[in-house]
Amino acid sequence: MSRAAETRVLFRHIDEPGLATLDGYRHHGGYKALERAARELDPGDLLGAFEDSGLRGRGGAGFSMGKKGSFLPHGEMSKYVCCNADESEPGAFKDRELMMKNPHQLIEGVAIAAVAVGAAHSFIFIRGEYWEIADVLDRAVREAYEANLLGANVLNSGTRVELVVHRGAGAYICGEETALLDALEGKRGNPRLKPPFPAIQGLYGGPTLINNVETLSNLPHIVNNGASWFKSFGTEQSPGTKVVSVSGCVQRPGNYEVELGISSRELIFGLAGGPPDGRRVKAWFPGGSSAPVLTEAELDLPYSFEAMAEAGSMLGSGSIIIADDTVSIPHLALRTARFYHHESCGKCTPCREGTNWTVKMLERITRGEATPMDLEIIASVQENIIGHCLCVLGDSMAMPVGAMVAKFRDEFERAIEAAREPGRGEFDASPIDRPLTTGVQAA
Amino acid sequence: MDAEHNQPRHLLEPTDDLTADQRHELIASMRPSDAEGVPELHEVGIPDELREQIELLMARYPQLRSASIPALWAIQRHYGWCSPDGIRQAAAVMGVTPAYLQSVASFYDLFATEPVGRHRVLVCTNISCWMRGGDELLEAFCEATGADPHEAGHHGASSGDGEFFVKGFECLGACDLAPMASLDQRYYGPLTDADALAAIEALRAGDEPLPEKALARIGAAGGPEPAPDPRLPADPVAPGGEAEEASGT
Repeated sequence: MSRAAETRVLFRHIDEPGLATLDGYRHHGGYKALERAARELDPGDLLGAFEDSGLRGRGGAGFSMGKKGSFLPHGEMSKYVCCNADESEPGAFKDRELMMKNPHQLIEGVAIAAVAVGAAHSFIFIRGEYWEIADVLDRAVREAYEANLLGANVLNSGTRVELVVHRGAGAYICGEETALLDALEGKRGNPRLKPPFPAIQGLYGGPTLINNVETLSNLPHIVNNGASWFKSFGTEQSPGTKVVSVSGCVQRPGNYEVELGISSRELIFGLAGGPPDGRRVKAWFPGGSSAPVLTEAELDLPYSFEAMAEAGSMLGSGSIIIADDTVSIPHLALRTARFYHHESCGKCTPCREGTNWTVKMLERITRGEATPMDLEIIASVQENIIGHCLCVLGDSMAMPVGAMVAKFRDEFERAIEAAREPGRGEFDASPIDRPLTTGVQAA
Repeated sequence: MDAEHNQPRHLLEPTDDLTADQRHELIASMRPSDAEGVPELHEVGIPDELREQIELLMARYPQLRSASIPALWAIQRHYGWCSPDGIRQAAAVMGVTPAYLQSVASFYDLFATEPVGRHRVLVCTNISCWMRGGDELLEAFCEATGADPHEAGHHGASSGDGEFFVKGFECLGACDLAPMASLDQRYYGPLTDADALAAIEALRAGDEPLPEKALARIGAAGGPEPAPDPRLPADPVAPGGEAEEASGT
């Protein structure tokens, strides 16, 4: 297959040396958008443009960015903008690259959002594991302060925009927006009951806009080029480009920026090279490990919010993980469930207990202690998690595990039978277990 | 424990019609005698430099408690882990109880609430790395350091010489480098078993491990730079060419 083309807007000039510096960024017109936003444009018009552009949140939920901003009350009060850079969803690594290679694009985006909603204090909450990326951001923020692009009087416009890079300390749950707020307030990162939503009562009880790195990185481009320009990319319901992280059993794992609506096959095969020769796609997560898995038959679906939702899955953060025919689905399910079990904050019972029992039941399958009836129990446990917790962490396990059991039931049944054969050891000896090793990189 | 503070009479009586003062008195009487309050600065013997660091951190936020995670990072950098003494010191500076900071420290995976090896090796064993040999890589790091592989796969394990802490970790957000590891908070990948050995030897010798496999040195997003899309402006908001550039330099 010929190599498909990327459409680079956020990733434009991404590999240019020096893009991460203020001079490098300004060389390509950087901070012109902030200048206009702070000096010329009306905040209401800014939010209107974001809403008109149809920009949907790139962190997972896909909610209209402009609409979210418009929920914040008007008037004089302490409001906040938080950039969610806690990228911890297995399979997602797009924000890492956006921040490392082009930190000023994000800083400009955060500042524009702060101007639009009238927030004097903004934060970038970055996961603690991204230590070296946070160092890059810190340097860039310092540069922006020195150039009066941040601070008490941004570009002498009379607007105050303070920005602090806040490093987390390792908890997937802090990517959940209300848990992020608790962590930022210096607490354990437990999710809060919603409503009230953060737009009304968020950080320190004040109205708070929370958006993903990629969402905010889009704002300078929309201010510069207009809402209708933005809509010329992508589909009607999913306008714009999307940075997609492709990983797992593909020959060229990496971040690819494409127009939403591109065929998934083009993305996975044309850009990422597909599985190594002689292997086939067996299952794929279209939107990080929380997304219900799709099968080989679904590879021709357009890659958009709406097409993924119609197929019963989700685009999520835009992270594709490919499992090829050497990967055992029961083991994949176990690996997935273990992650959510480890990361459950323990606040809600269905999630805390449901993830625990799902792991135990999947381990029983791999140890040869399960019967086919266990599959019914696993499926019913997943159903009892979904929609029953404060946040979606439990659902994020229940959806993919439920989908794996439903779509690959034969394989689970075969695995149960095979693992029960006398003489078989546990775990490693179960069928088609050997996941691919480092061989793929050599290919 | 202490009979004086454990009076069943209070606990059995209804408390809803107590006055506020009576309620406060009751609550004070229930407080265990050994509960630690906010320690005084002079009691904890915090090094000046660490105190100044935490004070600066608090000044960055509209509310000082927001500095609790950054303060714990400062403690961990200084002492190698979030030791009880270190936590008391930070608590004294921040005006919170040590228990409060302890509860925060114990929530997050990157804070060590027990002493650990000097160099931190986190090996991703999540889905994408697992499919590309993450488990084997974790074993290779255990072999190279002498850390217990079973423990490393669960809560993490330190090597006998105290030099290394090895842990199988959840997704580190670098699936493009799978299988990968974070060595002293820097990312490296894709790694082979031989790389694991070489990295450990380099760290032992005080050298930079695997410079050619460092994330910081890796170029690209997915593919080569494509021709610009015709819809893109010549450069985002034409910066006015030469003149603009000249003024920037």
